[in-house]
Amino acid sequence: MDFKDYYDIMGVKRDASQDEIKRAYRKLARKYHPDVSKASDAEVRFKEVGEAYEVLKDPEKRAAYDQLGANYKSGQDFNPPPDWDAGFEFSGGGFTDGDASAYSDFFESLFGGAGFGRAHAGHRQRAYQAHGEDHHAKVLIDLEDAYKGASRSISLQSPELDHSGHVVTRQRTLNVKIPKGVKQGQRIRLAGQGSAGMGGGQAGDLYLEIEFNPHQIYRVEGHDVYLDLPVTPWEAALGATVKVPTPDGKIDLKIPASTASGRKMRLKGRGIPGNPAGDLYVVPQITLPIADSEADKELYRKMQQQMAYNPRSKLGV
Amino acid sequence: MMAKNIQEKTLSGIVIDEHTELTLNDLSRACSTSAEWIIELVEQGALEPISYRQTQWRFTGTSLQKARTAMHLQRDLGINLAGIALVMDLLDEVEQLRARVHRLDPNDNF
Repeated sequence: MDFKDYYDIMGVKRDASQDEIKRAYRKLARKYHPDVSKASDAEVRFKEVGEAYEVLKDPEKRAAYDQLGANYKSGQDFNPPPDWDAGFEFSGGGFTDGDASAYSDFFESLFGGAGFGRAHAGHRQRAYQAHGEDHHAKVLIDLEDAYKGASRSISLQSPELDHSGHVVTRQRTLNVKIPKGVKQGQRIRLAGQGSAGMGGGQAGDLYLEIEFNPHQIYRVEGHDVYLDLPVTPWEAALGATVKVPTPDGKIDLKIPASTASGRKMRLKGRGIPGNPAGDLYVVPQITLPIADSEADKELYRKMQQQMAYNPRSKLGV
Repeated sequence: MMAKNIQEKTLSGIVIDEHTELTLNDLSRACSTSAEWIIELVEQGALEPISYRQTQWRFTGTSLQKARTAMHLQRDLGINLAGIALVMDLLDEVEQLRARVHRLDPNDNF
């Protein structure tokens, strides 16, 4: 387990005041909020900052962490010494609104012990008969899965109360059908797969949010799909029929003569299936062959002599 | 022998999309929040029911995504509802601009 430097994560000095820490947290939380930031590591950073703040905002935890952390550097291998927290009194309420299960092993090893008031994590007092809570999870799929449909096996961890009233983490695996035509950000509702109801109340639902793995060659916008297609200058100039990959399989695409680089070609209905189906946009990108051999250079020289082409005519030169 | 053949059943769910109709109750439950909170979001213009005329509001699946975002913004950043409505409008705009930049220059990951 690596030691985590919470001060470093928050970008504050070790002697920062509680107010400075609060300001730093608010700023970072806005910056890395997964609903706001599009950075690929936003969610990880957001959780990391939340975890650091969870410790540093609480003077008791901060003092304990300070005593422990004076001799460690970030990333250093770390095991908490036994009784490291002896002599500190934590006044419960260790986990506030945070999602405790999202914190790192490092945090768990320090503050996850019984003394930290886990039992109330995320559990509200319920009326005698109540509808079970709805649960939410993300599921990563490939773009191809949205075209063809797929099955995914999903592991979920959820805190539950056991018979004696303790919180236990229950792990379960669900096989879920991903119907064709799903889009980024959409949710699939699995009725009755959330928390059990109380006193005969109905079970809650499980919502799975669809997220696409980044694709090497396609880009997705809503239900439309974009593909950059490299073409040779002669294919673009003379027109040609070329093989083009689509998430549905290869097709033959006719490139009209005098095609400009970047001019979108729309293949209607070849985006993500649905009603209506999305479109596939092929964006030709003219690539320049490098003249390696003398013969190749000769060809370019011929073009130079024969073609009266000035790409800078609009610049007046 | 029997036990070996037991395969976990594959579950099928409903895709929540723009054709799905959700009730006020569906929305508030999916966000673990009160109906009043959803109603306030509607009053701020951050969410729109399919029709205001119906006695019972219905929402499209897109509203679920929006309501969840609104809930995260309030819980994580402490933004009030008017602020949330503004942030969500701006986020939509940024999203459109990002897509446009990307269409103009696919190599620009703005």
